[in-house]
Amino acid sequence: MIYLQLFLSFLQIGLFSFGGGYAAMPLIQAQIVDAHGWLTMSEFTDLITISQMTPGPIAVNSATFVGINIAGIPGAIVATIGCILPSCVIVTFLAKLYLKYRTMDLLQGVLNALRPAVVALIASAGVSILLTAFWGSEEKILLEETDWLLVVIFGLSFLLLDKAKMNPILVMILAGVMKVAAALIGGV
Amino acid sequence: MKSKKRVLISLFFSTLYLSAFTFGGGYVIVTLMKKKFVDEYHWIEENEMLDLVAIAQSSPGAIAVNGAIVVGYKLAGMAGAITAIIATIIPPFVIISLISVFYNAFRGNFLVSQMLEGMQAGVGAVIAAVVFEMAAGVVHGKNPISMAIMVFAFLAACILEVNVVYIVIICGLFGLIRTLVQRRRERG
Repeated sequence: MIYLQLFLSFLQIGLFSFGGGYAAMPLIQAQIVDAHGWLTMSEFTDLITISQMTPGPIAVNSATFVGINIAGIPGAIVATIGCILPSCVIVTFLAKLYLKYRTMDLLQGVLNALRPAVVALIASAGVSILLTAFWGSEEKILLEETDWLLVVIFGLSFLLLDKAKMNPILVMILAGVMKVAAALIGGV
Repeated sequence: MKSKKRVLISLFFSTLYLSAFTFGGGYVIVTLMKKKFVDEYHWIEENEMLDLVAIAQSSPGAIAVNGAIVVGYKLAGMAGAITAIIATIIPPFVIISLISVFYNAFRGNFLVSQMLEGMQAGVGAVIAAVVFEMAAGVVHGKNPISMAIMVFAFLAACILEVNVVYIVIICGLFGLIRTLVQRRRERG
């Protein structure tokens, strides 16, 4: 039952992604690429790219994108509901507790331990994305099969972001343009 | 006192507007919500908004969605929360639905695929820059436990390929137990 699978997968993504932004990324990868194979790693990276350039949270964007591709609009709706349901229940419950007791130190304790773990998980998802970008979808990593052009584009992009503090969307577009230009000029 | 219906309608449209035009993730949208509902409408007090934002950030799920839930719930109970969620979900849902149609039609095009390949390296760089900054934050905190969590979580995810969900659960439990132990020690 594909709708149930979509629902349960995105329910897990909604339930276990703490910290916002990229925090959902490793969970989405685990569910839709590793566990179910609904997207290839390369399609997943495209999805993250698209999410960066459009409004809306990565998890919600992914639910819509994967849902539509796997089971049309109803799939997208089911996946989106799965992804926001844990938020609805937990946030409402916490808001209620807060408005009543106004204390949250246990929650803070849990978060303090989760924060560094989330950084590590995002890093790990980032590694998968770079491996796919540099070596394609193949399993083995061989030095002679490295896409050096993309390595250079990655390095330049990183410098523009980290040193020049350039806008991420602009950097990504620039990275795409560099690759297109190289393809047109050199026929790479 | 303004009527509940009017509150819901204006909650719907302001959340819809924020969700459709906010690029750059949950933290940005939460800031804009504060501007709208605290500074402009004076519906929520500044201090209370800060605590509500803290709840949105510490709950699992997308921060934009969580932020919409707390604000909606605070303003008009469950009806408010549901109104705000629907308004937050509509823009990304529509945009990604349209894009996924185009994506499947255009992915085969040579220039588009070159552009997307370059952008994969670009988004890899964006993630690397984000991770770099977040990890630097953890290291600067000079808390050995946080650093250890970060290293172990990375090794577990990237090398041992442990399920992301287990890593989140284990780190969360660790934080919970640690807070409880500390609390007991302070009282004893």
